[in-house]
Amino acid sequence: MLASLTRLQRYYLLYSGGFLMFVGALAVLEQHGMPPRWIGYSFLIFTISMYAVIGIMSRTSDVSEFYVAGRRVPAFFNGMATGADWMSAASFIGLAGTLYLSGYQGLAFVLGWTGGFVLVALLLAPYLRRFGEFTIPDFLNARYGGNAIRLVAVGAAILASFVYVVAQIYGVGVITSRFVSLQFEIGVFVGLAGILVCSFLGGMRAVTWTQVAQYVILIVAYLTPVTILSWSVTGIPVPQVVYGQVLQQVQQMEDRIFDSPAEVAARRLYRERADEYARKIAQLPDSLSREREQLSSRINEFKASDAQVKDIVALERQRRELPQDPDQARLRWEAAMSAAAERAAPPVHHAAAFPGDGADGGWSQRINFLALVFCLTVGTAALPHLLMRYYTTPSVREARESVFWSLLFILVLYLTAPAYAVFVKYEVLAHLIDIPIAKLPGWVAAWSRLGLVSYEDINRDGILQLTELVLSPDVVVLATPEIAGMPYVVSGLVAAGGLAAALSTADGLLLTITSALSHDVYYRVFRPASSTQLRLVISKSLLLVVAVLAATVAAQKPGTILSMVAWAFSIAGSAFFPALVLGIFWRRATRAGALAGMIVGLSITAYYIFRVEAGSLAWPGLGSWQMQPWFQIGSTAAGVFGVAAGFATIVVVSLFTKAPDREVERFLNAIRRASPARDAS
Amino acid sequence: MTDDRYWLRTRRLTIVLILIWTVVTFVLTWFAAELNGFSVFGFPLGFYMAAQGNLVIYLALIAFYNRRMRKMEDECGIADE
Repeated sequence: MLASLTRLQRYYLLYSGGFLMFVGALAVLEQHGMPPRWIGYSFLIFTISMYAVIGIMSRTSDVSEFYVAGRRVPAFFNGMATGADWMSAASFIGLAGTLYLSGYQGLAFVLGWTGGFVLVALLLAPYLRRFGEFTIPDFLNARYGGNAIRLVAVGAAILASFVYVVAQIYGVGVITSRFVSLQFEIGVFVGLAGILVCSFLGGMRAVTWTQVAQYVILIVAYLTPVTILSWSVTGIPVPQVVYGQVLQQVQQMEDRIFDSPAEVAARRLYRERADEYARKIAQLPDSLSREREQLSSRINEFKASDAQVKDIVALERQRRELPQDPDQARLRWEAAMSAAAERAAPPVHHAAAFPGDGADGGWSQRINFLALVFCLTVGTAALPHLLMRYYTTPSVREARESVFWSLLFILVLYLTAPAYAVFVKYEVLAHLIDIPIAKLPGWVAAWSRLGLVSYEDINRDGILQLTELVLSPDVVVLATPEIAGMPYVVSGLVAAGGLAAALSTADGLLLTITSALSHDVYYRVFRPASSTQLRLVISKSLLLVVAVLAATVAAQKPGTILSMVAWAFSIAGSAFFPALVLGIFWRRATRAGALAGMIVGLSITAYYIFRVEAGSLAWPGLGSWQMQPWFQIGSTAAGVFGVAAGFATIVVVSLFTKAPDREVERFLNAIRRASPARDAS
Repeated sequence: MTDDRYWLRTRRLTIVLILIWTVVTFVLTWFAAELNGFSVFGFPLGFYMAAQGNLVIYLALIAFYNRRMRKMEDECGIADE
C-alpha cells in the first residue's frame, strides 16, 4: 500500500515538474517571438494528449474498474480527483467573475460549494462507502426496495447531470474559440474529443487518474495570474492574505468614482432609457406601429434627399429588425428595459452585504442569499457524480479522510476566487475607468468580438464610465492576464486550466449518466442476465451518444454558465438529499414515502424554475407562464421549496404507510454498524 | 452491545457538529451586514467570514469528526473495513 502510494506520488510529482517545465519552455519561446496562436495550440495539444496518454494507460474492461476504479484510490488522490471533478467551468471561469460583479452577494456560491462538504462528510460519505455498490440509485434501491425508486433516481441523476455537463461543454467552447481561434461550434466538438479519450476507454479508473492530473493543471493555472497580479500591486505574492488591503483601496476608489458627475449623468441617461421602454411597453401595440411609421418616413426623407446609401441601408436594417408583433416587442423591450434599469441602479460597494433599499432592511436579499447557500450546500451533498467518488476508496475510514482532502484541495481555489475578484476590480477601476474610449486596451476589443465585453458611450463624452462598461462574468478570469499585461503564455496557461476544469467535471458527469443508464436501467432493471462484456459495450456506446447530445445542446449557447449550474444543484438537492439522509438516519422512512418525496421535491423545483424563468426563455407563447417568485426567491434557489417539500412528503407519507420490514432493519444495521435493535436473531 | 454504543455516539457527534455548522453557515451569515462594522486583517468581518473564515471552520469540522470517529472505532473495536 505504502509502496504504491509513494510510487503514485512520485509519478505525479514528475508529471507536475514536467508541466511546469513545459510552461517555462513556452515562456522562453515567446520571448524569442513565438506567435500567440501557436502558444494556444501548444497548450491545447499538450494537455489533451497528456489526458489521452493517462486514459490509454488506464484503459480497462473490468466492471469494477470501469464503475468505481476497483476501489483502490487512496484518500489523498481521491481528494484531488474529487477536487477536479467538483471544480467545474463554473468555478474556474464563472465564480471570480460573479464575485467581481456582485461583490459580497456572490459569496453565496463560495459558502454553498464548500459548506456542502460538511454534509457529505457527516451524513453521507461513510455510509455510502460502507454500503459499497456502484451508483446512488443502487443505494436507494437497496434501502427502500423496488425498481420504481431506482428509475426515479436515474431520471433525476440524468436531468441534473445533463444540465451540468452542457454547461461544461459550453465552457470548453468559450475557451477554445478565444484562445485558439476555433469557431465556437468546432471548439465544442474538440472539447468533446478531449472528454471522450479518457472516459470512453477507461471509465472511472481512467477518469480518476486524469482528474488528478487535471487538478494540478487547473490549480497552477488559477493561482499563477492572480499571484503575479498580487505581487505587482502589493509586492507580496500571496493574494489570499493581502487582498484585504487592496479591498480597502478599491473601497476608496469606489467612493470617488460612484459619485463623480459623469457617472451620475450616465446612470441618469440609463434611467431615462428604461423609462422610455416602460412607456413604449405600456402603449403597445400603438407604440410599435408608430415606431415603424417613424422609421419609414425617415427612410423616405433620406431617399428624397441625397443622403448616403449606407445610412439608408442602416435605417432599413433597423426597420427590419423591429419586433414582428406586440408579443415579441413586449419580450424584447422588457429585456432591454431591465438591462437599462440595472445599469441605472446606484452601484454597490464590493464588500457591502445585503444593500437593501432600507425599507425592509435588505430582508429579501438576506433571505435570497441564505436560500441560495442552502440550495448549493444541499445540492453539493446530492450530486451523484460527486457522491460516486466516495465509492472508490479502499475503506470507510479512507472515504472519510478523502472528504477532508477534497475540501482542502477545493479550498485552494475557493479561497483565491474572492481575491481574484478584488484584484481585477482594482485593475479595472485604476486603469480602465475614466480613460478615453479611443485608447481602450486591445483586450477589450478582442473580448467584445465574442460578445463577452461591451461598452456604450451613452453620455457621448468619449470617456469610459464604470456604468458604461459591461463585463460578462465568464470573462474576468480568462482575461485577467491580458488586463494586467502579462505575457501570452499566462493566458495560454489559464485557458489550459479552464479546459482542465471543464473536461474533468464533464468526465465525471458523463460517467454518472452512462452508469445510470447502463448499470441501473439496462442491467438492473431490464437484463439482469446480461454479460459483463455486453454491459461495458452498452456503457461505452451510451457515453458516446450522451456526449454528442450534450455538445449539440451546448452549441446553441444557452444561458450563462453559473445560473445553469445553480439549477442543477437545486434539481439534485430536492430529488436526492431528503431520501438519502432520511434513508440513513430515520428507520421509519418507507418506500412509498421516499418515492413520493423524490417525485414531489423534483416536480416542485422543476415547476418553480420553469415558471419563474418562463419569460426569459426565447420561445413564443411561453411568456404568459411567467409568475411572480414566491417570497422574492430567485430561480437559482428553487431548491429551497423542493427540498422542504421533499422532507415533509417523506415524513408524512412514511407515517401513513406500513413500517419497513426486517430487510431494511438489517440493511440499516449494516451501514450504521449498529447491533440489531429489536431483532435478536 | 459495543456496536450500539458506536452508533449512538456517532449520531450524537453528528448532531452536535451539524448544529455548529448550521449556526456558522446560516445564523452568522444572516448578520453579515452588522458584522461588516468590525474589521479583521483589513477585511470587513462579515465579508471575511464568508470569503475565508467559514471555509476554514468547515475544514476543521471535518477534521475533528474524522479524528473522533477514528478514536471511537478503535475504542469500540471496529476494524477499518
